[in-house]
Amino acid sequence: MKHPDVIVVGAGIVGAACAAELQALGRDVLLVDGGVPGGGVTAAGMGHLVALDETDDELDLCLLSLARWDAYLSTRTDLAEHVRCGTLWVAEDDAQMAHARVRAQRLGRRGWDAVELSGDALARMEPALRAGLAGAVRVVRDGVVYPPAVARDLADTLVALGGQTRFGTAVARIDDGAITLASGERIAAGDVVAAAGTAVTRLLPDIPVFPRKGHLAITARTPRRLSHQVVSMGYGQTAAGSDALAVAANVQPRITGQWLIGSCRQDGIRHADVDPRVLAQVLRSAIALLPCLADMKIIRSWTGMRPATYDGRPVIGRHPALPHVWVAAGHEGLGVTTAFGTAQLLADLMLDRPASIAAIPYSPSRFAHVPA
Amino acid sequence: MSPPDLSSRVVVDGVAVDVPRGVTVVAALVAANSLCTRRSVTGQRRFAFCGIGQCQECRVTVDGCANQLACGTICADGMTIATGGDW
Repeated sequence: MKHPDVIVVGAGIVGAACAAELQALGRDVLLVDGGVPGGGVTAAGMGHLVALDETDDELDLCLLSLARWDAYLSTRTDLAEHVRCGTLWVAEDDAQMAHARVRAQRLGRRGWDAVELSGDALARMEPALRAGLAGAVRVVRDGVVYPPAVARDLADTLVALGGQTRFGTAVARIDDGAITLASGERIAAGDVVAAAGTAVTRLLPDIPVFPRKGHLAITARTPRRLSHQVVSMGYGQTAAGSDALAVAANVQPRITGQWLIGSCRQDGIRHADVDPRVLAQVLRSAIALLPCLADMKIIRSWTGMRPATYDGRPVIGRHPALPHVWVAAGHEGLGVTTAFGTAQLLADLMLDRPASIAAIPYSPSRFAHVPA
Repeated sequence: MSPPDLSSRVVVDGVAVDVPRGVTVVAALVAANSLCTRRSVTGQRRFAFCGIGQCQECRVTVDGCANQLACGTICADGMTIATGGDW
């Protein structure tokens, strides 16, 4: 077998996007995964396409990616189960409303439409919300997709462009310009991209990506209407409690008529079991915003491990010590939104062309002195 | 001494059927020859598959209450059952 130019380890949405991008730019790519495309972290996620703005560079990466999503979805809306439902960032009190107002201004300045809604306007727009909310910010162009279908499609795109895949094939180790499979087979390549989420730390011990557990639940299909993705303004701001559990309501309407309910974050938990105590807190926080959920039926609940980093930013770029190893991992809860921007930035760096956005905030070198 | 009344009368999609007391709604659906509990997202007909509350395919409306598992609901005298929901 001819050695590929690039081996991408991990066929989640981030790895698959990187593989398809690099192949489209003329590299000969092999995509390897121990399971099936999108079968791991990607399958467990909510699949929101949302502009987050905790920092300027986070917003840069989101907006770069969302523009690419628009282009992708213009040809594949049905496949991705895409709904441009918009996001309602719901404020329960005046303090949250002040934060929401700042978000609306920040997004609006960057051309990502965000409109401030009064409590009354919010009640008219989304009647399923409880009465008495302070207001909201409506981000019109946000949406949701079904991410494993997109990961599969990107793997198919890679193959259609002439790339190769090896699925059901676990990777045991990454060296500088080569991988070794669990079977012992060694494959050399010009470059290796580690996009294996929470497994990256096992393969590259000096890249600290740790699991941040989340619980989700989905209702039976319902004739009830929810027009927007509803997210508490507490999302991303909720400090973890003494039991290291942070909960913030996030409810999405799915194309099937189901409602997908999240979310929570827990560090330091290694088992993937559904914890009824944690799930109950997630459901209570969702019911607090959408009381009709109390009468609806949950048909499935599950967990996932987000690949997180200590500074909340993904790791995108060249490994600090291995010149032929690159990293695209650690996207926590934003990997679906930022997959295409990650692929573009990584390709910029690998092809040594001007970067689309600032690369420094994502550099793997920043963790050189952090123990895994 | 007369024998105890051992049947319940339920109404499936407007059709009255008598079933032995204590059986599930699935049995009443079979008695009424109503072998489609609901329609899938793509319009396919669905019916009870696992019979033990796991597969969620047998969801029907019982006494006006949607999304009830037919395999996990015991028939009660006078119950009305509606099938064919496309949710």
